[in-house]
Amino acid sequence: MKHLIDILDLSVEEVERLLELAGRIQDAPADYAERCRRKKLATLFFEPSTRTRLSFEAAMYELGGNVLGFSEAQSSSAAKGESVSDTVRTVGCYADIIAMRHPKEGAPLVASLRSPVPVINAGDGGHNHPTQTLTDLMTIRRELGGFSGLTVGLCGDLKFGRTVHSLLAALSRYPGVRFVLISPEELRLPEYNKKALEASGADWRETESLEEAMPELDVLYMTRVQRERFFNEADYLRLRDSYILTPEKLGAARADMRVLHPLPRVNEISVAVDDDPRAAYFRQVRNGKFVRMALILTLLGLGD
Amino acid sequence: MVIGQIENGIVLDHITAGRGREIYDILELDRLDCMVALIKNADSVKMGKKDIIKVNEVVDLDLDVIGYLDPGITVNVIRDGKLAKRTRLALPRRVCGVIRCRNPRCITSVEQELEHVFRLSDSEEGVYRCIYCDTRAERGAE
Repeated sequence: MKHLIDILDLSVEEVERLLELAGRIQDAPADYAERCRRKKLATLFFEPSTRTRLSFEAAMYELGGNVLGFSEAQSSSAAKGESVSDTVRTVGCYADIIAMRHPKEGAPLVASLRSPVPVINAGDGGHNHPTQTLTDLMTIRRELGGFSGLTVGLCGDLKFGRTVHSLLAALSRYPGVRFVLISPEELRLPEYNKKALEASGADWRETESLEEAMPELDVLYMTRVQRERFFNEADYLRLRDSYILTPEKLGAARADMRVLHPLPRVNEISVAVDDDPRAAYFRQVRNGKFVRMALILTLLGLGD
Repeated sequence: MVIGQIENGIVLDHITAGRGREIYDILELDRLDCMVALIKNADSVKMGKKDIIKVNEVVDLDLDVIGYLDPGITVNVIRDGKLAKRTRLALPRRVCGVIRCRNPRCITSVEQELEHVFRLSDSEEGVYRCIYCDTRAERGAE
């Protein structure tokens, strides 16, 4: 593994090794506090994404390393028209590893083809966001012990949600995982992704009702239903409330079910759910830092 | 109409009728100094009508490009008047510089010097996708 651009760049075994390392870091952070001493992470954020950038920076600091970079294109040489390839070749002379967020799809792949140091895709437009998927996987594994045989409900915008598409692709590689795709008709999973699910042999079904699906779920992955995805306001208002998770709807769920959300949320999970032990989304944020620490160590060849 | 046999050269046979000129252009056969024949609407037992291109010299051709444009083509290499090699084309795994990505959110839309590269993502349906953004290609060269 030299770069991480797409979650499917990683084999199931590589994912497993990363998640195991992330778990060991979480259990004994002091053992890893000096691993990246004198190493530098460059965070090249061509569009703002505060929480992802802070997660990468916190990860590198907790490994004893340093961070340099920029948080918007205006403060980079891209504003002068420099290509992504030239930027990473330059930055690769200063930093040991690069985390890149870019509004254009495929920019981190272009970077990886020319970079002298490892490149991590920290999100390229609506395309890929592999460290979010690793975060999701770590959370499920940590909370429920593994993936095989789980019934995973994905709820909300399944049409445009990149986190949903990547998580489906990653989880469908494990045996016996069932998917319940919960969305309004307008925001159903695209045919392309359904075909990939079919090819993987995974068992899946679609429903428009969150309440109907709730009792059978081991994991509920919530996403935002956005107003701009609908043709008219009336449809949006009619459907919006169906996909808001409330304590009442959660009442029908199993006691050991877990709720995940890539965050930020707007109103799709009621704050009254936050204190329920099944709400795992803030623990998920924390896991994001540990999994990024594991990834940085592995790409730098400093893992266990 | 009779086009003579060639001693040494390449015959692109079983071109879908009507696509011969496009293949000729894509392969830039107009740049060759040797004799080249483009035959349209030849009779074919298998296809009804077909196009054929005969090149009177053994030259390097980008078979990946032809395979993408018209995967049914047969490439016959003739040496000393005899068939030396016959290749039935298949869909290539990658196609470079032939299809242009139309996705305005793709990095190729802003970085003009990047080569547009597509990979075969579904061999049954012949679907190609941009390696950068995964956008599906529309069939045929653009």
